[in-house]
Amino acid sequence: MVRIEVLGMGCENCRRLMSNVEAAVGQLGIVAEIKKVEDNAAIMERGVMLLPGLIVDGELKVSGRVADVPEIKQILSGGT
Amino acid sequence: MQDLLAQFADWVTYADLGLVQGSPLASSVNFFVYDSIKVTVMLAVIVFLVAIVRSYITPQKVKKWVAGRTEGIGNVLAAILGIPTPFCSCSAVPLFIGFVESGVPLGITFSFLIASPLINEVAAAMLLAMFGWQIATLYIVSGLIIAIIAGIIIGRLHLENEVEEFVYKCKLHDLAEKAMSWRDRLIFAKNESRDITLKVLPYILLGIGIGAVIHGYAPLTSKGMAMGTALAFMMAVIGLSLPEMIILRKVIKIKLLVIFAGILFISFTLTGYLFNAVLG
Repeated sequence: MVRIEVLGMGCENCRRLMSNVEAAVGQLGIVAEIKKVEDNAAIMERGVMLLPGLIVDGELKVSGRVADVPEIKQILSGGT
Repeated sequence: MQDLLAQFADWVTYADLGLVQGSPLASSVNFFVYDSIKVTVMLAVIVFLVAIVRSYITPQKVKKWVAGRTEGIGNVLAAILGIPTPFCSCSAVPLFIGFVESGVPLGITFSFLIASPLINEVAAAMLLAMFGWQIATLYIVSGLIIAIIAGIIIGRLHLENEVEEFVYKCKLHDLAEKAMSWRDRLIFAKNESRDITLKVLPYILLGIGIGAVIHGYAPLTSKGMAMGTALAFMMAVIGLSLPEMIILRKVIKIKLLVIFAGILFISFTLTGYLFNAVLG
């Protein structure tokens, strides 16, 4: 199972990233645990200063921008 | 290059559409074709170049570069580094915590936080294309001066107690940064250029369209008339955004927030007057 964390403080961009992640997971038909990380301390703990952030299996993949659905699908299927 | 573009605009207006030379409609169409292509190309190129620079500058690096600096040099450096490092308003909190917890002085942190959204490469590119390099430079330089001076004032006021206590207890995890290859940087810059240009293109065309109608049907003699007021307004909209204030309230107390907003408000107003005086 893929562990996905979406880092954000509830702003517009963070919500868009969240829905893109959900769409990507749905289209790939994979089993994933999607977690929203909104707490300051938790975000700092992950070393991220630019939001929104996308962490897949503990690795920071995207920071400071909204990745689109094709890009997230590529990330999730083991691409870059 | 500009000649070629002018020839193309003439060709579209007179040969392709067959409009009568000197008519208001022809003048409007010519203006629209010429300016929309010029602005779009300039914007795409500038966003591309800034994205290349940005691929070298991460907040983690900025933090390290400004951490040991003294007042003045630190503020100037933070403000300049803020230009190619834009952030969405909700990133203000992690950026603030990340800077402050690693020992960056409060004033220098604010220089960065003010410059970053205030000086925007898209706005600079638009001003460059539509009003020339003087206005674009004026915009960038005044933004830098505001960020530097506001940061120095906040630093001098010694408001460290006006920061929420938990900020000093937070610890930013040091993340190993992946090195980018030249190929990665070019792909990143290409995507940024395409995405941002497409995003603002409708507004550009709308703006130039209105400009074209005015140009053809009611030629303006003094287009720099209320430029200062417009620039001050633009800066205020970006720099004093309510969502960012609400977000910053999480990390700083009301008193510092009011001082921060107050300094920016006064700076923007003065800049507006200055621009009107210089351009008027």
